[in-house]
Amino acid sequence: MPSRIQSALDSAGVQASRIEWLWWLMFWVCTAVFVAVVVALGMAVWRGRSADPERPSEATLMRGVAMATAATIVILIGLLVASVATGRAIGSPPQADPLTVQITGYQWWWSVEYVYPQPNLRFTTANELHLPVGRPILFKLRGADVIHSFWVPNLHGKTDLIPGRENTTWLQIDKPGIYRGQCAEFCGAQHAHMALVVVAESSDDFERWVVAQREPAPAPTTPAQSRGLNVIERGPCALCHTIRGTTAGARTAPDLTHFASRSTIAAGTLPNTPGYLAGWISDPQHVKPGSRMPPTGLSGEDLQAVLAYMETLK
Amino acid sequence: MSRDAGLDRPREVDPASPREPDPRLDPLILERESRLLATTWADPKGFFGWFSHVDHKSIGRRFIATAFVYFTFGGILAAIMRLQLSRPENHIVTADLYNQIFTMHGTTMMFLFAVPVMLALGVYFVPLMIGARAIAFPRLVAFGYWMFLFAGIFLYAFFLLNVGPDNGWFSYPPLAGPEYGAGKRADIWAQLITFTETSGLVVAVALITTVFKLRAPGMALNRIPIFVWAMLVVSFMTVFSMPAVVIASTGLILDRLVGTHFYNYAEGGDSLLFQHMFWFFGHPEVYIIFLPAQGMMSTMLATFSRRPVFGYLAIVLSIVSTAFIGFGVWVHHMFATGLPQLGQSFFTASSIMIVVPTGVQFFCWIATLWTGRLRFPVPMLYALSFFVVFLVGGLTGVMLAAVPLDLQVHDTFFVVAHFHYVLIGGSVFPLLGAIHYWFPKLTGRMLSERIGVAALALFFVGFNLTFFPQHILGLMGMPRRIYTYQPETGWGGLNLLVSIGAGVMTIGLLIYLYNIIVSLRRGAAAADNPWDASTLEWATSSPPPAYNFLPALTVSGRDPLWEHPESQPVVVGLHAEQRDVLVTHVMDAEPDHRKVFPEPSIWPFITAVTVSVMYIATLFTPWGLIWGSIPITIALIGWAWPRGRGKKPSELDADIRAGRVRPLEQVQ
Repeated sequence: MPSRIQSALDSAGVQASRIEWLWWLMFWVCTAVFVAVVVALGMAVWRGRSADPERPSEATLMRGVAMATAATIVILIGLLVASVATGRAIGSPPQADPLTVQITGYQWWWSVEYVYPQPNLRFTTANELHLPVGRPILFKLRGADVIHSFWVPNLHGKTDLIPGRENTTWLQIDKPGIYRGQCAEFCGAQHAHMALVVVAESSDDFERWVVAQREPAPAPTTPAQSRGLNVIERGPCALCHTIRGTTAGARTAPDLTHFASRSTIAAGTLPNTPGYLAGWISDPQHVKPGSRMPPTGLSGEDLQAVLAYMETLK
Repeated sequence: MSRDAGLDRPREVDPASPREPDPRLDPLILERESRLLATTWADPKGFFGWFSHVDHKSIGRRFIATAFVYFTFGGILAAIMRLQLSRPENHIVTADLYNQIFTMHGTTMMFLFAVPVMLALGVYFVPLMIGARAIAFPRLVAFGYWMFLFAGIFLYAFFLLNVGPDNGWFSYPPLAGPEYGAGKRADIWAQLITFTETSGLVVAVALITTVFKLRAPGMALNRIPIFVWAMLVVSFMTVFSMPAVVIASTGLILDRLVGTHFYNYAEGGDSLLFQHMFWFFGHPEVYIIFLPAQGMMSTMLATFSRRPVFGYLAIVLSIVSTAFIGFGVWVHHMFATGLPQLGQSFFTASSIMIVVPTGVQFFCWIATLWTGRLRFPVPMLYALSFFVVFLVGGLTGVMLAAVPLDLQVHDTFFVVAHFHYVLIGGSVFPLLGAIHYWFPKLTGRMLSERIGVAALALFFVGFNLTFFPQHILGLMGMPRRIYTYQPETGWGGLNLLVSIGAGVMTIGLLIYLYNIIVSLRRGAAAADNPWDASTLEWATSSPPPAYNFLPALTVSGRDPLWEHPESQPVVVGLHAEQRDVLVTHVMDAEPDHRKVFPEPSIWPFITAVTVSVMYIATLFTPWGLIWGSIPITIALIGWAWPRGRGKKPSELDADIRAGRVRPLEQVQ
């Protein structure tokens, strides 16, 4: 089987495994019904082929139809009960001490804010979430422009991000690992390239990651890096992006403060390597046509300087 | 039948003694009458005459053919999509074009094929199956056809200009709203809805009236063929569901064109409002497509089991209750929007409950087969394939009704697989079978059985190869409506299989088309009733004459052609020199009065042109509504302008006195 990092049948969390259980229940019940009906059909056709079959009376037939209908109703009620029970189990509100994550969908990327009661502990990142295993996580979901849908199949079903509303969902992860999610509501030209990466890790690893993410970007140390920061602050980049600790503070595009710690570029479109990054910065429209990021028109030297600086944004 | 006025029972005969021929059924008299009727009911010839047809068979044939042309367009678009998705990061089409293509595919198949083709078969066959001489409001039906034709031309003209809609066939705001749906693409979609709804509504109204008022005497409501029941029910569903989508799409046009804020949350509107109204229409629409196909199933199974379908009443009640429940399940398209738990449970229950009436029909059909003496020509093979394929779609439908499971597979390829199993399995399989079944009546020629079997085999295998793996792809996390995917997702292998399956399915459909083309020219000539079926459309020649029946028929049971038709009374007193139609009562189809039907007219065509001009003009300026209504008004005046309709009553009286026509006797 291929890699199972985006699969509803490889559950890694409480909700997804409940749903997976429901799936297999439904699958086997429906398979049994399918076989039963096809066998009945086959027998009917087989009987009908012979010239003059012995005919049951219409009353007998009607009893048969009524019994089959009654069986259908019983099976359906059973499935309904299973469905509602599963729905209640996965829909229960979070228990004590949830982690709260605010996700905002943009065309075509995800803004991720870790929400803490104290404002100074909050921080923002994009397109990649780190989440602790074994702790309930409450998601608050919003759409910034059009409707998107937040979906990490290994962890839970999807919930829409709707402009002007705040939807909530919650989940709890069982197994550490790296999972992939993808926007599941058609949201325009690059709907296909709106993925997100979920890194599920132990509480300790998670807390270390949180501490690192709260830090502002490190200051440049080499001339090339300084020049790169200069290009970013005075060039087109700062019109849309934020790098905390610098003067770049616009919020219409992903926060780049710890960009180098993320594994992908442009919401899961490309792996995060210097080569791909260079290609992306010089011509985003080639990689992701319709993307909101315009071609930057940087000179070769400026581009190299920006790459040098961005490598430091661990 | 004793109270029936206008009916004249041929002399009661002692079955033992040789029958004396009824003088009114004398071949010479019938011959003369048929020539008169043919002149009276003929559609005009010539280039301009072609635009004036009002015969329901002529309109119906055009309707069916046009719908299949659009089906071909939609199929070509699907083939392009399958090429694009056959491997990861393919570059056959751009993201922008792909988004137009999948939107056009869905829009075409739903609005320009599935619903119209069902209504079209209704236009052709409902009057024949109820023994009527014509469809009610024939000019309105012609207008409906022209609107439908123009709808497709309109949509594809803009698509070829690269202004095809690109927001999905559901066109949710705010993506389709003024801010994010730049250009005219979303307007084209919304206006297409207006076009097709205009067409659908007028045809539905005509079908309802036809079924209620034009049935052959004796065809009480509990005797009408099940296909006609299905068409009656879906016509009502059309009337009740389409206004919802008209309001939804009109709100969208207004938001975009004149700056209203129906769907703008920032100004007190609500984007979810659109989804509710769209699906309040959208789910009943599924049944508008599916119920006629169930009617075809009952028709074909009865014929090829050589017995009346088992459980007539149960099946009719199932159709009616499906229609009612079908209006109460729309929210299952919106489970992921974050609705309250209790509401979700209600819609889970209703969505699961709708399986019951369909199950009842399934069991009745199996009982029919169980006690039938079966034959297996191609239409029967399609009907049997339907069982297997639709069953899969129905069962995955139960899964989708469960909210937790739906949250996982909603908007994935699992859903794509599900609704293709339902729509193709539930509707296209019976439809293709029904075309085989009714082709002799439509054209006077039989389709080739041999080629038909080959087409079905390839279509069946290709269909399952295309859509079954999509269930697995959906569970593996592949969302719908993506123009490409990355290799590391691991979806490449199954997608290639799916694309190969789509190729096989396409070959099957091409062979089907080849069969039609070849058989049209060289097919065996069809007898009046080649399948030995029981319903009235087979009581006339293949294809039927312009006036449908001579003599005009009456019935005394559900399966008139299996029930000694020779002792049946016939309708007399309808003039052959004018378009006389016998109007009957709703419940028992007792003769009520005689109505003179309208002559052919070019005004429906002209009206459709002016309405289309107005619809297109309003895409660009609100003033299109004002100025565009002037030509429409002129056209409607032309349409309604009083003209001599056949003979004046005084002349008729003279005819009656002279014995040239028989008057209808007074009722009671």
